[in-house]
Amino acid sequence: MRKYILKRVLYMLLTLFLIATITFFLMKLLPGTPYQNQDKMSASQIHMMNVQYGLNKPVWQQYLIYIFGMVHGNLGISFQFSSQPVSYLIATRIGPSLQLGIQAMIVGSILGILLGAIAAIRKNTWADTLATLLAILGMSIPNFVFAVLLQYILGFKLKLFPIALWDNFSSSILPTIALAMMPLAETARFMRTEMIDVLNSDYIMLARAKGLTQAGVVWHHALRNSLIPVITLAGPLAVNLMTGSMVVENIFSIPGIGEQFVKSITTNDYPTIMGVTMVYSLMLVVVILIVDILYGIIDPRIRLSGSEVNA
Amino acid sequence: MADEKMQLPKDAFEPLQATEQLNSERIAAPSLTFLQDAWRRLKKNKAAVISLWVLVVIIILAVGSIWFSPRNPNAQNAAYANLPPKIGGGFWGFDGKANIAGAVVDAYKQAGVPKGTYYILGTDYLGRDLLSRILFGTRISLLVAFVATFFDLVIGVAYGMISGWYGGRVDTIMQRVLEVISSVPNLVVVILMIVVFKPGIFSISMAIAITGWITMARLIRAQTLKMKDQEFILAARTLGESTRKIALKHLLPNLSSTIIIQLMFTIPTAIFFEAFLSFIGIGISAPNASLGTLLNDGYKTFRFLPYQMWYPAAVLSIIMIAFNLLADGLRDAFDPRTRG
Amino acid sequence: MENILEVKDLTVNFGTFAGDVQAVRGVSFDLHKGETLAIVGETGSGKSVTTKAIMGLLDSNAKVASGTIMFEGQDLLKASAHEMATVNGNSIAEIIQDPMTSLDPTMTIGKQVSEPLRIHKSMSKEKAIARTKEVLELVGIQNAAARMKDYPHQFSGGQRQRIVIAMALVNYPKILIADEPTTALDVTIQAQILNLMTELQQKIDTSIIFITHDLGVVAGMADRVAVMYAGKIIEVGTVDEIFYDPKHPYTWGLINSMPTLDTKADRLYAIPGTPPDLLDPPKGDAFAPRNAYALKIDTQQAPPFFPVTATHAAATWLLHPAAPTVTPPPEIVRRQAIYQQMIAKGFDQPNNPAVKLNTPATDQ
Ligand SMILES: Nc1ncnc2c1ncn2[C@@H]1O[C@H](COP(=O)(O)OP(=O)(O)OP(=O)(O)O)[C@@H](O)[C@H]1O
Ligand SMILES: [Mg+2]
Repeated sequence: MRKYILKRVLYMLLTLFLIATITFFLMKLLPGTPYQNQDKMSASQIHMMNVQYGLNKPVWQQYLIYIFGMVHGNLGISFQFSSQPVSYLIATRIGPSLQLGIQAMIVGSILGILLGAIAAIRKNTWADTLATLLAILGMSIPNFVFAVLLQYILGFKLKLFPIALWDNFSSSILPTIALAMMPLAETARFMRTEMIDVLNSDYIMLARAKGLTQAGVVWHHALRNSLIPVITLAGPLAVNLMTGSMVVENIFSIPGIGEQFVKSITTNDYPTIMGVTMVYSLMLVVVILIVDILYGIIDPRIRLSGSEVNA
Repeated sequence: MADEKMQLPKDAFEPLQATEQLNSERIAAPSLTFLQDAWRRLKKNKAAVISLWVLVVIIILAVGSIWFSPRNPNAQNAAYANLPPKIGGGFWGFDGKANIAGAVVDAYKQAGVPKGTYYILGTDYLGRDLLSRILFGTRISLLVAFVATFFDLVIGVAYGMISGWYGGRVDTIMQRVLEVISSVPNLVVVILMIVVFKPGIFSISMAIAITGWITMARLIRAQTLKMKDQEFILAARTLGESTRKIALKHLLPNLSSTIIIQLMFTIPTAIFFEAFLSFIGIGISAPNASLGTLLNDGYKTFRFLPYQMWYPAAVLSIIMIAFNLLADGLRDAFDPRTRG
Repeated sequence: MENILEVKDLTVNFGTFAGDVQAVRGVSFDLHKGETLAIVGETGSGKSVTTKAIMGLLDSNAKVASGTIMFEGQDLLKASAHEMATVNGNSIAEIIQDPMTSLDPTMTIGKQVSEPLRIHKSMSKEKAIARTKEVLELVGIQNAAARMKDYPHQFSGGQRQRIVIAMALVNYPKILIADEPTTALDVTIQAQILNLMTELQQKIDTSIIFITHDLGVVAGMADRVAVMYAGKIIEVGTVDEIFYDPKHPYTWGLINSMPTLDTKADRLYAIPGTPPDLLDPPKGDAFAPRNAYALKIDTQQAPPFFPVTATHAAATWLLHPAAPTVTPPPEIVRRQAIYQQMIAKGFDQPNNPAVKLNTPATDQ
């Protein structure tokens, strides 16, 4: 198990390194200098700026500096935002994003699991139909449409929640709901399929033959066996939440990195774009690693044989 | 015994003729081909059938509006800006009345719109007809989605088939590459691509395709691996057919259901990404419109003129729901095992 | 002989998209105390559905159209899910075909084997563990105390089936239903498991319903045999009667297709044709279309049971007094000759002389 984790961590670092390299050179492909009011600047001003940002050095040197800096947590300096270090920008903004993401993940997966389990147990009844319908709506309606809808009805019309504000917990409720819809839908669908599969399996039949009631079968056998594969959803859901946070943070004016990312894209703030890309990739890779390890801990077949899962 | 009371015909105990016997054996259910069978199952799924029709209608309207657009979607008329929806003489919700500072006024009268002229879904802040713009936007959104899906299909199927067919080292390397690519959140890749290659219909389609083919490649690889050792492939190989021919003639037809199902899931994802990019302001640029840009425009004023956001949002959601329901139905139809 | 279970006129249909599948069509049989009753038949003949009806574990689309299943004065078909839960795993237990899938992969086998104890007996934890260990040793799991903490994937197929048997026997059930318990195992392991079952039956005195499609297995295991075809029992008798004096052409076919020491592999016989479509079974004898001995009446009317001896009955018109005499296949003739000799020598019912049958025929 330890060797396995070590291997995964090494692999993860290699992936991050590759991503950093690719991102760096992609950014270098961009024509022109990245200054907003470039037209108004004289050649010498541009040169000065280039020197300040280290853009006058050969590309390979810039690359080495970038990678070296990144290892030390230095992601360069933002072209916008009063030339703050990117790492500082990210550090100050990651809090709200993480809070929203974790809240949405918890709400979405717990409700999704419940909904999926109920749909599977009550297969082909109205409860199943309702759950399936909810899941389809959750998957289909884009999260920004959902966010605006919530904002308009619950915030603007009914004035139950702040519209666009970030201070206390209540201001995080609407964005959390908006973000949680997709994870909820995905989890519910996945859980339903898994649970139906498990409920049709031989060992569940045999568990009934032992005299377990329906509730006993679900509680003692079906739930655990269908929950194990659901863990693998964490990776895709994390990606989903990152995507969602970019619009949802914008709509609700939340000072998170999603909102930051959108801003830096529209202002061509390359160091920040690269920095946030790296942070997102890091988060995803870590989630995948955790899923792998968790899977190994929870599933005895992997725990005891130490073989790999492909998440 | 019971039989003693029975009335039995005289010849009842004569041996049966061989021909008579076999008759009942021949009466078997007519065997349907796999596709016919799938189609029959799909037709039983009401949600999927309705979705299919809804999509057909939307596509016809969107494409047809190239020639039959109610108005020019780009024609501006500042005087008629922000007119609410109105149909004919007007009825609830479509009466051309606007709520300005608490008072209900007839926006059409105020703007001096001649009698008999009305905008079914109202106009936007530049006085453009919203219905025409939605039709136009739907067309662009679908176009982006189909182009992206097409590249998805080509890249994903080719990659998956090569990886699965050759196996061994080739497969290992190709799978590692996939793993690295999939460790980058797909949206980040899309955004990087667009930052690098300036937004446009083609670049957005490409950007979406570049992240979308991975699932397709994985599915196709798994299927190819499974199929490559099956008899019909082995037979073709021993007959000395070229790899390309085997791939096109034998593999591809057997992969078709996997491909169709996956495509149906890719299209709504592509539509979503396009709308998403346009909504955050880095998607399709003027004068083109897409459902995403319409949403973006609508969002700017949605607290006061909510209809400008709701209509495009509704169209987008309906398209997404229909595609997802259809995809679900297709999956169940092609793979009855998973039917819940 | 005392009956522990009486199944009468059991009819089970399944609602499907294509219509109603008539999986079990009026099955009646008795299970005697302490005996092993084998139910034999081709795939799809309704064997598993019959056992599932006994345990109240029919799929949700099943409709029990008629019948009673009497066990200890209670009609199991009328029992609620809750009442069934007190019977299952306690007085009636089951073993199913595939040991690779019949254990929960995420639960230790100790827990799984002791589960019936936990459900049905209020037993202290230590006692339950001790009992579990005892039963695991009984079925031949080495080092049982330590292995109770292991998970299913750490055992071989044969070991897993032993564990499943232990799980079924832990409460000393009165009836054990074994639905093709050895089909998924290789031949040597099959023999071991069968021996184990016979051995255990004597130790804990249980009655067994043994389901199989392989007549070969039956000879060493069963006291009586019921042959099923297309949802009906078509012949029932003691092992010797079925093996040496079968009356139904379908049973002839089954016996003919059994490999014997002197049949060469290439001469192995198979019954021609396929079982009928249970969505719309033929009007008369369901076997008639595949039956070289079919009579005209077979296409019009299903044959009733004709008693042969007190323990033997078969549902074929060939037994009707008006029916022509036919010559069975040579193998059957050979067997009948052996049987006549045995009876002549006084080996009447050598396996189980005490057996007195209550065949479905005598109920009518
Ligand atoms: N849930 C169900 N829905 C529809 N048909 C069913 C269902 N369960 C069983 N059947 C049908 O009932 C018939 C009898 O099935 P059963 O499982 O009892 O066969 P079997 O004799 O046990 O065969 P095998 O030797 O293959 O186990 C089959 O035709 C089967 O297709
Ligand atoms: Mg069976």
